[in-house]
Amino acid sequence: MNKFSITQYLLILCVVVLGFTYALPNLYPTQPSIQVAYTDSGKSADQPLMNELVTILEKNGSGYEEIFLRDNKIVIKFSTLDQQLDSKTILQNTLLDRVIIALNLEPTTPDWLKDLGGKPVKLGLDLSGGVHFLLEVDIDTAKQGRLELLLDTYRKTFKEDRIAFSDSSIKDLALHFKFRDQDSYNKALKKYRNDSPGLTGLQYIITERPSSNTLILEYSDVALREIRDYAVGQNLTTLRNRVNELGVSEPIVQRQGATRIVVQLPGVQDPTAAKKIIGKTANLEFRLEANSRTSPLRKEEFNFKDNDYATAFLEKAVVVSGDRVTNANTGFDESGFSQVNITLDMQGGRAMQKATSGNIGRKLAVLFVEQKSKSELVTDENGNNIIEQTTYIEKNIISLATIQAVLGTSFRITGVGNPQEASELALLLRAGALAAPMKFVEERTVGPSLGKENIELGMRSIMIGFALVVIFMTLYYRVFGIAANVSLFLNLVLITGIMSLLGATLTLPGIAGIVLTVGMAVDANVLIFARIREELKEKDPQSAIHDGFSRAFVTIFDANVTTLIAALILYIIGTGPVKGFAITLSIGIVTSMFTAIMCTRAMVNLIYGNKNIKELKI
Amino acid sequence: MDIRFQFMKYRKIAAMASVALFAVSILSLSFRGLSLGLDFSGGTLVEVTYETPVELETIRNTLIDNGYDDSQVVNFGTNLDVLIKVADQNGNSSIGENIFNILESNGFKGELKRVEFVGPQVGAELRDQGGLGMLVALFMILFYVAFRFQYKFALGAVSALGHDVVIILGLFSVFGWDFDLTVLAALLAVIGYSLNDTIVVSDRIRENFRTQRELGSQDMIDLSLNQTLGRTVVTSLTTLLVLFALFIFGGEMIKGFSLALILGVLVGTYSSIYVVANMLMSLTLTQEDLAVPEPEGADFDDIL
Repeated sequence: MNKFSITQYLLILCVVVLGFTYALPNLYPTQPSIQVAYTDSGKSADQPLMNELVTILEKNGSGYEEIFLRDNKIVIKFSTLDQQLDSKTILQNTLLDRVIIALNLEPTTPDWLKDLGGKPVKLGLDLSGGVHFLLEVDIDTAKQGRLELLLDTYRKTFKEDRIAFSDSSIKDLALHFKFRDQDSYNKALKKYRNDSPGLTGLQYIITERPSSNTLILEYSDVALREIRDYAVGQNLTTLRNRVNELGVSEPIVQRQGATRIVVQLPGVQDPTAAKKIIGKTANLEFRLEANSRTSPLRKEEFNFKDNDYATAFLEKAVVVSGDRVTNANTGFDESGFSQVNITLDMQGGRAMQKATSGNIGRKLAVLFVEQKSKSELVTDENGNNIIEQTTYIEKNIISLATIQAVLGTSFRITGVGNPQEASELALLLRAGALAAPMKFVEERTVGPSLGKENIELGMRSIMIGFALVVIFMTLYYRVFGIAANVSLFLNLVLITGIMSLLGATLTLPGIAGIVLTVGMAVDANVLIFARIREELKEKDPQSAIHDGFSRAFVTIFDANVTTLIAALILYIIGTGPVKGFAITLSIGIVTSMFTAIMCTRAMVNLIYGNKNIKELKI
Repeated sequence: MDIRFQFMKYRKIAAMASVALFAVSILSLSFRGLSLGLDFSGGTLVEVTYETPVELETIRNTLIDNGYDDSQVVNFGTNLDVLIKVADQNGNSSIGENIFNILESNGFKGELKRVEFVGPQVGAELRDQGGLGMLVALFMILFYVAFRFQYKFALGAVSALGHDVVIILGLFSVFGWDFDLTVLAALLAVIGYSLNDTIVVSDRIRENFRTQRELGSQDMIDLSLNQTLGRTVVTSLTTLLVLFALFIFGGEMIKGFSLALILGVLVGTYSSIYVVANMLMSLTLTQEDLAVPEPEGADFDDIL
């Protein structure tokens, strides 16, 4: 009685060994490293770049341990933090903004473990330090923009098709057209109906008002969802590019819900700088400077960005806008001044060529378009003073340069100020445009020292909690207590192993979840042991052990399933750190069932199984 | 059968105590409300650490001079750590940096430990989600227990959980402790824990109702409570041990969390003895309620 078959022992052993293997990477320390990637995200790091890096590092005598290519990036490992920082400065000063260099801590997991898929647990921002942003995409502006485009299109189409209308406007996110006669009205209605079917369903909702010859066109829910998804998707791409510019080693840029985007930047210590680049709702326009022949109706006056008093008149027509820019970087011109080299896509290049070919000698302006917001105190209908935030668009000239030659897809702007300003302009040009403005709705910054402190405190609580439970269990249950303690330790190993394997993120509440699991995991064993004690009153030790385990199982199972339900809901509603708590709690519940029941049983069987026991100390 | 403690003899007193605590909690929650943490209230929080202790009053005055009239300035953990909270100012996300810059330029040179900003909309959403999550959890558990046991047990279990949650919320309200997302997480964990206890007790009551047919229901419940008492005490003790370790050594950021859990374990242990059993007594659980044979341990034997 109370014996497992060899297969059962092997199976348990197998799980335990796997747990140890995948928990193992967490024991290896991290090593300072840097990651080098090309600024142009279309280009992957290659052998020539690696050779160049090696040459620069060797010339400057800064030692490194290892250099290799991985996922479009070159990783260089160092033995000390000083080496890492020195090398970063040297490389950045030599290669300028051709490359993006990110500081990182590389795990030193040995190769055989890596081949098995072993990796250390990911740390949440509250442990690693870093910045978390939640941005909300302003979808209404995207819708409005699309409607304006649609309004333009239909005005043009109706004119071409000789459909006469007397009034056209956008009101409450709907297109209003008032036609001159019944005939035009019918033709337009037919046109709308023809245009409406899309790949995913009808695009328009058409409201007919024949009495006033008015048609109201709104986007259908299908179309609105597409507009929303497009805007969020576009912003996601732009944000990814911008975040890459920041040189963070493992950033996260993800959509959350319908209209929100999460940005997480581990290790970033200056949230202000990160916010400046991420939150830039800027775009650029290239426009010709107005000359004496430009009609007053077709020109506008703008301020210079760095000088409030200087202004210039520009043509209203935009030659090329910022979203046509495919690449931009800084360099130096013949006389050693900073310049920005710009590359446009084909369409942008053609437009630029057309605009500049007859205009050599005139000036071309780069206009900086910025979305800003201001708060105002207003009185609402109930007479309360509330602060209202309004957004407005500000356009300033950042550069006004003479056209020297016909420009095509690539050209340069000189006279852009100091190298710092030049690289900021290049960055803005590269980062691209947003499809819709965004605002920050949540921000959490954790300094690196707090992160470290959190890890230390968390680990200390786990160890102290564990020690207390171990002492108590040994004193109270003797041999069985020791078996339970071994199971408890295995439980910790399994939690770590599973978290590492799944790539789950460990947070401070997550550590708290592990601590809680330590306390609660012994419950299963306590239940079993209490039951064995009871059974001992009526039965011999062997049957008591057997019945104790099997009777307690149902209870343990029911109790754990319900806790799992609570943890699952926590996972669904929780965000960030709290999700981490739900994860460790859930994993802990499952692993504790395995260790407390199977592992403890195996140990008890090994100790007492098939033996003639007179008395059981429990 | 030895019944060492006649729990049910005191059930009326316990019921009164529970009702009183519950009433006080509800009153405090409706009049005082909860002191909502940043996650739910929205606003900005800045934590700065200094090398030498600084006067909170001077920081407060500096902030007032710079237009932040409604800021709370308190020490966090030690007197070197300063926590500044500014109530929501219409979702302006740059307050945190502004405050740090103002302090730096006024001679308070310290290290920025963390900045948290939660927009008003996000705060409201987290609030709704949290409340909803709690209700969903309670209902799902009600269903599970009704399915595995019987509806009278389910009612007992859920009233025990409701009892625990309301009393902990009440304590947070009475003492004005900060109620944030981690405390909410703790509360959900308490639901899980307290249920653990409840199920162990219910399970034993169910078993005894089938096997000990000669006893009356009061004795039956007393017997079950006594049989599970050892386990209840030991588990609560080990859990409390680790929670105190967490409370004392875990740092300031999870103090509220561990506090809620400690209270939860205490209240949860009590409620699994008195609230559940009391409910079962009042609903007069009978043999017939448990007539359908449930799978017992034997079924699981082959996987062990």
